[in-house]
Amino acid sequence: MNTWRVLAGAASVVYTGINSSSRSIVQHAYRCSSGFRSFSTGKALHTDFYKDLEAQFKAFREKAAAAMPSSDWNPVELTPGLPPERTDVLIVGGGVLGWSIAYWLKKKERMRNGIRVVVVEKDTTYSQASTVLSAGGIRQQFSLPENIYLSMESADFMRNINEHLSVLNDDPVDLQFNHSGYLFLASENGAAIMEENYSTQRHAGAKVTLLSPTQLKEKFPWINTDGVALASYGLENEGWFDPWTLLNAFRRKAMSMGVYQCNGEVTGFRYSTYPVTTDGDSMDVKRIKYVNVRMPNSIEYQPVECAIVVNAAGANSGKVAEMAGIGFGPKDTMAGIPVPVEPRKRYIYVLHCPDGPGLDTPFLIDYSGVYLRREGLGGNYIAGMSPEQEDEPDTGDLEVDHEFFKEKIWPLLAHRAPAFESLKLIHKSPRVRKQATACRARWWIQPS
Amino acid sequence: MITPNMAASMLMRWRGSGWACLSVARRPFTSGPAPAGVSKLQSTFLLYLCQRFHDVEQLVAWSSRLRSWVVRRKNRYYGYTQRQYGENVATAFYILSMRGAFRFAEQSEWFRPDSRGKFSWDFVNFPDVRLEEVDMSRTLMNYTGLDNLVCQRGLRILSLQGCPEVDDWFLSRLHVFKDSLEELDLSHCPHVTVGGLAALHHLRRLRRLDLSFLPRVQNPGMVRILLEEVLPHCHITGVETGLMYITYWPESIGQSHSVTLE
Repeated sequence: MNTWRVLAGAASVVYTGINSSSRSIVQHAYRCSSGFRSFSTGKALHTDFYKDLEAQFKAFREKAAAAMPSSDWNPVELTPGLPPERTDVLIVGGGVLGWSIAYWLKKKERMRNGIRVVVVEKDTTYSQASTVLSAGGIRQQFSLPENIYLSMESADFMRNINEHLSVLNDDPVDLQFNHSGYLFLASENGAAIMEENYSTQRHAGAKVTLLSPTQLKEKFPWINTDGVALASYGLENEGWFDPWTLLNAFRRKAMSMGVYQCNGEVTGFRYSTYPVTTDGDSMDVKRIKYVNVRMPNSIEYQPVECAIVVNAAGANSGKVAEMAGIGFGPKDTMAGIPVPVEPRKRYIYVLHCPDGPGLDTPFLIDYSGVYLRREGLGGNYIAGMSPEQEDEPDTGDLEVDHEFFKEKIWPLLAHRAPAFESLKLIHKSPRVRKQATACRARWWIQPS
Repeated sequence: MITPNMAASMLMRWRGSGWACLSVARRPFTSGPAPAGVSKLQSTFLLYLCQRFHDVEQLVAWSSRLRSWVVRRKNRYYGYTQRQYGENVATAFYILSMRGAFRFAEQSEWFRPDSRGKFSWDFVNFPDVRLEEVDMSRTLMNYTGLDNLVCQRGLRILSLQGCPEVDDWFLSRLHVFKDSLEELDLSHCPHVTVGGLAALHHLRRLRRLDLSFLPRVQNPGMVRILLEEVLPHCHITGVETGLMYITYWPESIGQSHSVTLE
């Protein structure tokens, strides 16, 4: 027995160096030739050693290749989730805008991995992001032609979203788009402006129609037309969709194209300064060279060397720009103008009203500022309103002010759509109050 | 860049069975969700090849681009025909080239291509007659193809049975026929959802609507009830409401329960 084992072992030693398939043949022969069961449960040690040796050689070759210049390999063990050490473009903020920028950058690259893009998002649950907390509407009823063209392009993108954002062997993107249109109501004072906007929109190619109060009453019998002088209703390319799906579609596609996602927060920038001479004057130009990305729930941060930083931080864009020193430069220069973005807080209330308007409910925007839309098919609605300039809510947290709904929104809403009055009465019972007060606050980007 | 549809259509073409997307029309007796088109093994194998070989990936991308190019080309705007012969002839030409069929107003004769797609050119003789009934069943008509049809303000009956490219955006554009359309057949359209059906409330003159076998509509019974609320004069077929109306007569205890399924 010993002789056989030694011989077979020697044979396996000889063949191990050649390739693994022959080794398995030898092992098979060894088992057959020995003719009886061995009492040992483990394999012979020397076989393992040679197998390991090969694996170690392989690992070493990989490590050597990774340690070549221009790679991210580091001999020190790293925290998982760190961003790459250097990149071409770093995008601050992983909302729908940030991921859209990342996607289009990758789409425009001429060769595979031609550009390296990192998206830094501080909260990957998106619990306070304006993307997912928005009402998710798209409309063409703007007053500026630029906005109308932009919106029509966006609608075109959404129509062909599966040509843009689908990934191989993955489900197609379903935006859950509701083609219900926006319905703007105007009072006597706003009717002239609405007519002017209507002609701008028709000229730009948007499919919008004007309704008189009589036509409005005929089309939507549940609307109280008191005080309404004119209404404008979008026929095509308007409605609402699920912003979370859109965000995920952008993210999934961009990551499949090689964009790096990083969960961290940008805490500061490091600059390089170099002198520039123009017309005999010499001045120092500061340029961002490193972005400090702090890991979540730790003090560890990684400086990311990058060529371009894109500020897509949404409501916090002003803060990020301040961090980069924009707005602190000398007066009357570009560096002296701060980024005019500040966070505002808006409330959205989810209502339940079983007798409310049905499938043809548009995205209703009253001239008082109250807006309403349907949410799903089960009699749920979303309502909200922008507060007056003077009682702008505190932006310190995202707490919801329930009194605001009771005092400001509800009376106006019940006046415009009397079906919601019943909600007001039912609201006194605690069961419905729970449904009626399910609400959320969101950030609002407001150019100041 | 590459979708399962692309992989599916490529595989189907390898097997020589024509358009993968048209296979939806061939499942008349099931109401479950439509299959992905190809089996998991095939798509997994193709995915493996795509990930391993750049040329396979490129081929799949090309085939998908070819497919979308074909759809785009077939649905292009027949502007030249319209300028030369008028909008009615252009619409008729578009419908026949898509292998659809139509009937002129006040005529009983249907214009329909034969099985090889050949058709007679007699419709050129009626440049001033509007189209009344259009059957685009199992064609590749899509949103842009509707450009050729929107001029037909007298269209009364439109059938879109089993059109793989008809989606919610298409339905949202049907409001142009709001003063004429009376019958609409949307059965077997794999991409129609509730969001698009909500846009049908513009069609105030609609009398018949067929919603059978829409795999992406999740609560067809409820959608039917909501649509009947919005379109009170419309008879919606093809959907079981799933509601039981139980009537109770106390005077005849023996046969007290009459269950009506509708």
